[in-house]
Amino acid sequence: MDFFHSVRLDEDKCRGCINCIKRCPTEAIRVRNGKARISPELCIDCGECIRICPQRAKYAHRDKLEDFGHFKYKIALPAPALYGQFNNLDDTNYILTALKKIGFDDVYEVARGAEIVSDATRKWLKENGKGKTIISSACPAVVRLIRVRYPKLIPNVLPMNPPMVEAAIQARKIAKEKTGLEDSDIGVFFITPCPAKITAIKNPICNEVSYINGAFSIKDIYPSLLKKMSREEEPEDINNAGLIGVGWANSGGEAAGVLKERYLAADGIENVMQVLAEIENEKLPDLEFVELNACPGGCVGGPLTVENPYVAKARIQRLRKYLPVSKNRLETDEIPDHMMWEKPLTATHSLKLADNVFDAMELMTKVYEIQALLPGLDCGTCGAPSCNAMAKDIAKGKAELTDCIFRMKQEMSDETAAEELIPAPFRDEE
Amino acid sequence: MSIKLHFDVSGDDFTRAGEASGKIKNTLKELGFNPETVRNVAIAMYEAEINLVIHAGGGEIDVEISPEAVTAVFKDEGPGIADVEKAMQEGFSTAPDNVRNLGFGAGMGLPNIKRYSDEMDIKSTVGVGTVMTIKVLNKQ
Repeated sequence: MDFFHSVRLDEDKCRGCINCIKRCPTEAIRVRNGKARISPELCIDCGECIRICPQRAKYAHRDKLEDFGHFKYKIALPAPALYGQFNNLDDTNYILTALKKIGFDDVYEVARGAEIVSDATRKWLKENGKGKTIISSACPAVVRLIRVRYPKLIPNVLPMNPPMVEAAIQARKIAKEKTGLEDSDIGVFFITPCPAKITAIKNPICNEVSYINGAFSIKDIYPSLLKKMSREEEPEDINNAGLIGVGWANSGGEAAGVLKERYLAADGIENVMQVLAEIENEKLPDLEFVELNACPGGCVGGPLTVENPYVAKARIQRLRKYLPVSKNRLETDEIPDHMMWEKPLTATHSLKLADNVFDAMELMTKVYEIQALLPGLDCGTCGAPSCNAMAKDIAKGKAELTDCIFRMKQEMSDETAAEELIPAPFRDEE
Repeated sequence: MSIKLHFDVSGDDFTRAGEASGKIKNTLKELGFNPETVRNVAIAMYEAEINLVIHAGGGEIDVEISPEAVTAVFKDEGPGIADVEKAMQEGFSTAPDNVRNLGFGAGMGLPNIKRYSDEMDIKSTVGVGTVMTIKVLNKQ
């Protein structure tokens, strides 16, 4: 089965520049025939390429607001990051009421699901976290990054569904009791800050079915919400989350909810990769819990949000001020089965050059030979992010040595004529 | 069949320390080595590389990767180790305070290299330098 990816390319807009190939943390993008190509095996849907693309050619495939028609009862699941998008707001009920005004029948805050997940995580760690660093699984881009590049850390990943899934399950339960409708008549829609969560909804990593029917991006829904938000009218009293749940929007919020002293929270994909490498090298043995968010600042920094992550964070701090610590928790002593992953996380081994060490070594030898012929500038004009990546592409037969402009220059017979064709920064003589 | 890699390590630059062992680790991952082997190599090489930076003012690393084992030779022209046996004891350290403040110098460097490698050999002459050879077998 093809893996669904939310991050996609609008070929018409793509001009084949090399900004995205340089930014991609898994080196998943190549420019071929003037267009960027994303490798589905390597893409983790982090959305870094969406942020950097000057042509706005990279986008997140998401549901359109007009598309949620056929369900009899529609529920919005707003991510806590939504709360940081609005200025001068001291009550989240204005946002939640506006969600109902734009067409949702009900709203269930993902922050509530987050508090239940925090409670379950504390319980789970008590029994399963001894002598081991547990890595949060709430950021789907990080989970996929671990599968692709750090498979050795798979046993350290918390095997628990993220807050949006728990929120969906709770919201469905409440809706069924209230309306008597069947599951198929109830539509549950996540209001998402990022493409990685859309991918996780369409293609759940460790569950057979998705409890969520679709996802609208914060940036799409933002203008409609603004129009319906008014101070003139008293909002409905909908919010039911404490500061732990709302805090999940920011980096460190989830870790704070675990109530452990020895934790680490890192955000931004580069930092995340450095921390994962350190855990892999067993350099952080005394940590109990590690929260990792691919986006700067946490979910507030998602590529599908409107506001700067640090502005959003400051606003959420203001909102949190008058909230109780937590308003939601597990209803049972045991963690319910539905909260845990149905299937174990598996590695994708996409880093491997070949299936066995001998073939891989042969290929690697070839890679080094080819790399020695390349200029080592990592200029990206060949369409690969670095000379090393290019050498691997050539060794695998996916590119030609003469795709490198410097190699082509050398191989042209009339050197002086060729010199004039080379762009000024790369010419040998003035 | 083997792959040979060479790295020059500069002394006193902690921002770059660990680069060579990081590259070796990624290479082994790409070659599809057993994760256990990758970890053992990564930890042993990292400690040895850090030693080059802290104690020897830099040096060079020659790595040979074969399907059976990874062997690395760390060469430096630093002060040398006066008493290798003592240096191998856990907790023994001659690292200066400025290095300890960075979280290094806990006296676990050489013991960790020994723990994570299958063979380890140190030849050191005070005032001349040190050659350390580490071998990690690839567990299948």
